[in-house]
Amino acid sequence: MTTTVSPAPPSSGALRRRRGLGGLRVLGQGPLFTAGVVVLAVLVLIAVLAPVLAPYDPDVLDLSASLTGTSGDHLLGTDQSGRDILSRLIHGARTGLLGPLLVVGVSTLLGTLIGMVAAWRGGWADALLSRSMDLAFAIPGLLLAILLVAVLGSGMAAPVIAMAVAYTPYVGRLVRGIARQEKARAYIESYRVQGWSGWTICLRHLLPNIAPTVFAQSAMNFGYVLMDLAALSFLGFGVQPPTADWGAMINEGQSAIQQGAMLPALAPSACIVLAVVAFGIVGEGLADRIAKRER
Amino acid sequence: MTGATEELVVQRLRKRYGDHTAVKDVSFTLPPGSSLGIVGESGSGKTTTVRMLVGLERPDGGTIRIGGRDRSAPARGRAERLARAREIQMVFQDPYLSLDPRVTVGQCVEEVLRLHFPMETTARRERVAELLDQVGLGEREAAALPGKLSGGQRQRVAIARALAAEPRVLVLDEAVAALDVSIQAQVLELLGTIRREVGIGFLFVTHDLAVVRHITDEVMVLREGQVVEAGPTAGILDAPHHPYTRLLLSSVPRRGWNPGDAAAARRSLG
Ligand SMILES: Nc1ncnc2c1ncn2[C@@H]1O[C@H](COP(=O)(O)OP(=O)(O)OP(=O)(O)O)[C@@H](O)[C@H]1O
Ligand SMILES: [Mg+2]
Repeated sequence: MTTTVSPAPPSSGALRRRRGLGGLRVLGQGPLFTAGVVVLAVLVLIAVLAPVLAPYDPDVLDLSASLTGTSGDHLLGTDQSGRDILSRLIHGARTGLLGPLLVVGVSTLLGTLIGMVAAWRGGWADALLSRSMDLAFAIPGLLLAILLVAVLGSGMAAPVIAMAVAYTPYVGRLVRGIARQEKARAYIESYRVQGWSGWTICLRHLLPNIAPTVFAQSAMNFGYVLMDLAALSFLGFGVQPPTADWGAMINEGQSAIQQGAMLPALAPSACIVLAVVAFGIVGEGLADRIAKRER
Repeated sequence: MTGATEELVVQRLRKRYGDHTAVKDVSFTLPPGSSLGIVGESGSGKTTTVRMLVGLERPDGGTIRIGGRDRSAPARGRAERLARAREIQMVFQDPYLSLDPRVTVGQCVEEVLRLHFPMETTARRERVAELLDQVGLGEREAAALPGKLSGGQRQRVAIARALAAEPRVLVLDEAVAALDVSIQAQVLELLGTIRREVGIGFLFVTHDLAVVRHITDEVMVLREGQVVEAGPTAGILDAPHHPYTRLLLSSVPRRGWNPGDAAAARRSLG
């Protein structure tokens, strides 16, 4: 099993140190967790209200105002084509969150279904599903994305499908593992003895009891997918210009670095890092809470 | 349906896990309303046997019948599943694991009623209160989540939940083993009362021979998945025939008990 929801050691201490995302150490989970939640909430708000919040049209070119640097008119300056960077960042939050939302939504749904069926049925159904997941797991997501771009053409569809395919077995394995554990618990067995159908037990009782763990994992996956998709659009395989997208903005901002302008590449990078770290902290925090609640 | 035909008949039950045979050959009969104890050392196949009876494991051989209706193969369809559930119910060993942490005590009993007996909501609520009352729990406990209850209270909930399906046989696998001694006595007392009042058959798996003497009419001694001795409880506990039974008895600490003798007897048995 490869799960990234780290099991918490049994502890009665007041504060305990936990390994966070990428070696980040988290003391307890108070302020940092809250900060993570706030960052995510703000991100979502920005994405939803982008047209209202953005001071300029993100796509309007003004070659006379290329790379202006920060000013009262352009808080984060402009890029080489004279587009307002802040406005592009704000609109970029939309594509930045929409892609991972689709991927995480689909992979969580499919993975949960597959994992639960494998765990519940056991036997040959489990063997078949588990082997299929191993197979899908072995395909590198980025490679699949690039292949799909060749087939489907560039745009959001190919990377989103590829990432969903890559993350589904990830979720499926996690769900299979915890659902098997849960199935062996006496409370689930007693539902069986009472005469409930397998579907009812799975949907009404097993699912709600494993959902928090799956949700925590999905929050973490969200950050990873965001990063993967940004990497793809940085490479030119994702969202196409002129649509505002953080990954694509970094790509476009590269040449500006040589001209001494850091912000066109730096600002979207910072947004990606902030979002990924926030999702990681929130995911870890949720996993932590679940582990604490368990006896 | 008359009493005598409604007995639980188990014949030549067998279960293998890989190349290990957990249950080799177990046969017994449980007449309606009687109480049978299953004893034997750890790993002798007691749990495996009763899990096959309630349908949590599928036997590799043998038959399980109640009133002639076979239940050794998986149930076909909802009606059969429900009918089987109304024949045998089970109380699990660990009351901390056998209740759904998200479901209140009242709901947990009510769910069973809703599944098995169509009735008006008010009538169902009354029946829930009645069942909980039967195990000594009140309204306050009914509204609580299992997490708020003690081990003894939880085990009472598990008993009420099992009784809700109105089974003919109640399987109790080490059902008091996880409880404090004084609480054990209370729960055993309660079970005795329930048996007299409800006329339900008990299948009582336990390590504890004092419990066997207290609550069973007959006892069956299992060793390595086979029945080595069976008969009326008092007779077997007072005058065991098989050396293994004598060993089990001599392994119980009591006045004048000598651990050395018990260990020697164990060795000589091989
Ligand atoms: N799911 C399983 N997979 C593999 N082996 C099992 C399984 N369940 C039980 N066994 C084995 O079958 C044998 C009988 O186990 P069982 O649990 O029935 O014993 P028991 O008499 O209930 O013991 P105890 O008194 O310790 O509860 C043991 O050797 C056990 O290891
Ligand atoms: Mg056992």
